[in-house]
Amino acid sequence: MSTVAYITARGLFGRRRVLLLLPLPVLLVGLALICRAYDVDPDQWGQAVVVGLGLAVVLPVTSLIVGTGVLGSEVDDGTIIHILTKPLPRRDIILAKLLVAVGVSAVVSCVPLYVAGVLADGNRFGLALAAAAAIGAVAYSALFLLLSLLTRRPVLLGLVYILVWEGLLGRFVSGTRVLSIEQYVITIADKIAPTDMLPGKVNLTVAIVMSVIFALGGTVYAINRLGSFSMAGETS
Amino acid sequence: MSVVELQNVSRWYGNVVAVNDISMTLQPGVTGLLGPNGAGKTTVLHMMAGFLSPSRGAVTIDGKPTWRNPSIYRTLGLVAEREAVHGFLTARQFVIACAKMQKLPDPEAAAARALAMVEMTDAQDRRIETFSKGMRQRARVAGALVHEPQVLLLDEPFNGMDPRQRMHMMDLLHSLGDRGHTILFSSHILEEVEQLSGLVQVIVAGRLAASGDYRRIRRLMTTRPHVFALQSSDDRRLAVALIGEKSVSGVEIESGGLTVRASDYGSFTRALPRIALGEGIRLRRLLPSDESLESVFSYLLEA
Repeated sequence: MSTVAYITARGLFGRRRVLLLLPLPVLLVGLALICRAYDVDPDQWGQAVVVGLGLAVVLPVTSLIVGTGVLGSEVDDGTIIHILTKPLPRRDIILAKLLVAVGVSAVVSCVPLYVAGVLADGNRFGLALAAAAAIGAVAYSALFLLLSLLTRRPVLLGLVYILVWEGLLGRFVSGTRVLSIEQYVITIADKIAPTDMLPGKVNLTVAIVMSVIFALGGTVYAINRLGSFSMAGETS
Repeated sequence: MSVVELQNVSRWYGNVVAVNDISMTLQPGVTGLLGPNGAGKTTVLHMMAGFLSPSRGAVTIDGKPTWRNPSIYRTLGLVAEREAVHGFLTARQFVIACAKMQKLPDPEAAAARALAMVEMTDAQDRRIETFSKGMRQRARVAGALVHEPQVLLLDEPFNGMDPRQRMHMMDLLHSLGDRGHTILFSSHILEEVEQLSGLVQVIVAGRLAASGDYRRIRRLMTTRPHVFALQSSDDRRLAVALIGEKSVSGVEIESGGLTVRASDYGSFTRALPRIALGEGIRLRRLLPSDESLESVFSYLLEA
């Protein structure tokens, strides 16, 4: 499992795509710092920066880039075959890749969210955001890893989920929020450190149960799909 | 010793039948998988390697199914046609990673052995992305051989290799075959198959058209006359004598000797020395001129 994780991490950081991870966290921290430096009231910028940029963009987009990068890139270029032709349980391969994806996504999104949270409302708020984002990173990573095995265009489909389902429908159609990881993260963070900045719209139990379902369900289904991986790069 | 077996295997994609009711058994030794483009060779290889499920029938290695069974990769090595390798690794790192994923007790030593086997020791510390096509191919073969698999499947293994590398790879496959490994390789270059293996599995339009030693396959094609090139001390007199023989269907006199068409291989080869002896003619040369794999293959395609 460690060899798979090592190859995955080397592959992830060896691709130019990893550079895409840099601008968003920098923008998030930069905006929070500017607002703080000019003494703008956190009630005016907190929600827009923390939720509008941090939770609605930085966390899911980071998870999308990393989650599809750990497996989707290898499926695309065919190098996955060197891992699949080994007597490794498919569970170990998926777990190793998920571990790398969650680790990288969590670090890249939790750190700037923590900093933005501290600047907006103190340490507790920062920690709440980081903890909720870590849970979100697990759920997003499992979902996007699975998408790499379900479709040849996981990034496109992932963007549709983030922009259309969570970003558009999530705002106007209340029923869609039950299947929105962003909403779970907001609710969990709000319960840990209640503020006016986080508009939690789903119940905490729903948020926790659904996060677990996304994470576990995505992982189990991905293991099953990888077991029937066919050489053409598609699963049957 | 491992045996790969296909029992009544079919594979279809929607309405298109890619492989149609194929049964074959691969024994230890080197076997060539032949067929025109789109015949279903790669589909068969992928099913053997566990990367495609048969729509019907069973594909097994030593009785164990290959589909959804990762444990078969302890006895199976695969060199796929697609050349992708983790280019950011050096050849040594790549083969050691393969050895570790095979859970070998001493991955470094196994990798060194495999790299030496494909003559890559000198270049082992270079990143694979800097390699030529042939070197990349050899690195992949080293990765597939690191656990010394009983069964080795290779899809177009000589692609991109220069003649010396090709010769070395042929020697390597020969020696593995001689040591009891079961090797199956596909190739569209008939000369390669001819040099490397007498045993062939010929697939045409998704069906197994022929299986076995290609010279024997040729002799079983009784509807097609066998062509021999002949030289003797008196070609014209021999031609007259041969035309009276029942198994001979035609004789042509050419500047360099005779071309004889025989309808029955066995009867003709038995009758020829008797006729020559009776006529007092000395035979200088007798060559079956359509027993090459190329002619066997073209006959099978026309059939």
